[in-house]
Amino acid sequence: MTVALSGKDIAVQIEEKFPGSLEDSGKDYLLVKSDSLPVIAEYLKNTDSLNFDYFNFVTAVDYYSYFEVVYRLDSTEHNHSIVLKTRCYDRDVPTVPSLAGVWQGANFQEREVYDLMGIQFEGHPNLKRMFLWDGFPGHPLRKDWNK
Amino acid sequence: MTTSEMMTLKTEPFVLNFGPVHPSTHGVYRMRATLDGEVVIDLEPVVGYLHRGIEKLAEERTYGGFIPLTDRLDYISPMSNNLAYCLAVEKLTGIKIPERGEYLRVIMAELQRLANHCVAVGSFLNDAGAYFTPFMYTFREREKIVDLFDMVCGQRLTYNYMRIGGVSQDIPEEFLPALIKVIERLTIFIEEYETLLKENEILLARSKGVGILTREMAIDCGISGPVARASGVNRDLRKADSYSIYDRFEFDVPTCETGDCYDRYRVRIEEMRQSLRILSQAVKDIPGGPVKAEVPHLIRPPVGEAYGHLEAPKGELGFYVVSDNSIAPYRCHIRPTSLINLSALRDMVKGWKVADLIIIFGSIDITMGEVDR
Repeated sequence: MTVALSGKDIAVQIEEKFPGSLEDSGKDYLLVKSDSLPVIAEYLKNTDSLNFDYFNFVTAVDYYSYFEVVYRLDSTEHNHSIVLKTRCYDRDVPTVPSLAGVWQGANFQEREVYDLMGIQFEGHPNLKRMFLWDGFPGHPLRKDWNK
Repeated sequence: MTTSEMMTLKTEPFVLNFGPVHPSTHGVYRMRATLDGEVVIDLEPVVGYLHRGIEKLAEERTYGGFIPLTDRLDYISPMSNNLAYCLAVEKLTGIKIPERGEYLRVIMAELQRLANHCVAVGSFLNDAGAYFTPFMYTFREREKIVDLFDMVCGQRLTYNYMRIGGVSQDIPEEFLPALIKVIERLTIFIEEYETLLKENEILLARSKGVGILTREMAIDCGISGPVARASGVNRDLRKADSYSIYDRFEFDVPTCETGDCYDRYRVRIEEMRQSLRILSQAVKDIPGGPVKAEVPHLIRPPVGEAYGHLEAPKGELGFYVVSDNSIAPYRCHIRPTSLINLSALRDMVKGWKVADLIIIFGSIDITMGEVDR
């Protein structure tokens, strides 16, 4: 069985390494401040005991007052997983650093999130719409779209 | 023109569009290939022609009412889509499934894997140039599986058979004898098919060493399913994150080393054998009893989120469902196997010829319904 690593345990490690980079942690997730996302991602990927080499998926949820970007990471070697979350509060231009440089698998999926939810991934090599055409009004997965 | 004149001729890259409607693209998909002569130097996949906004539609349907839409994702294997979504909602609500329901789910999921691989292998050989003969053989067998599905749910393409808490109805009396016949028939068929193709010189020449996906690249791109296993990534969610009752069955996870087109073909054939193994164990052990738990018609899961995933025929298919304690999902994200498996295509085809591009793309086995959603 894939073991969902305890967010609390990893939070202690990360807090030691990068103080002040976390907002919260829970049973199986880490809530990260968006500007420290790339360093934490690098840390999770390159630390031998964690070795999160497999970027499973990224998506975003619209909670009106903020967007939550959710990443799920797996380790093919240790067979464990963690959910990484970050929030952006700016509704007009929600921005999150891109992880496409850390895992190539993030490339397409970040484009999809940008297309449907309008999250700007800073540093993405090719951030353009995935499914909808240029000039499509708004981002349809937002809760206030077409209201 | 003299040779010296020809030497000074200027060449330049040439952009060629495959699709959106092209027999090799298996749906409405466009590959924008940049060619240097006959060699592919760059490739940009263009998707979205079949985008129906299924994730948005989920937010306006009840939990149970979304199941028919999952059929329309990967329409080659709807049973797996049904099951993945049900697993996610069951994780969210904590519903327990009766034994017989679990067995029926496994039987349907494995039959679906066989049916999917029949299409995958057949169309792969089609792309390799064996025009329609192997395809017709696999479709003849797939037809028998589709007949079984027709028997249990009355549908041949969009089954809508799984329910939250089990399956929609029990199987008819004649189903199990028919299933045993299909298992016997398919076992013989795979051997027959193998004698035709395993050592086939043309197939080997076309696919061996072509379109290599390295293990590192497969992991880095998040590739899953037979494509990843052909590259040596031993990750099958039926073993790695065992769901339903897969821990009760004996089966192997076939892997290969090289990660070329031929390996992807081999892994699929081996997987079909393993699926038959699981099926014959399930037929023997299937208990009686109810097939569906007592679940209210309108489900209101507690506030929270869950990610349910399974080993679909094409790879890891997952549903990330967020609940706000209403009758409809607050957010439902689908982890699309086909889209993610495409993310390495550019690196796989670089340096290969146009004819190889078609066979490399065919060996990944994607469905546009799932890519675009």
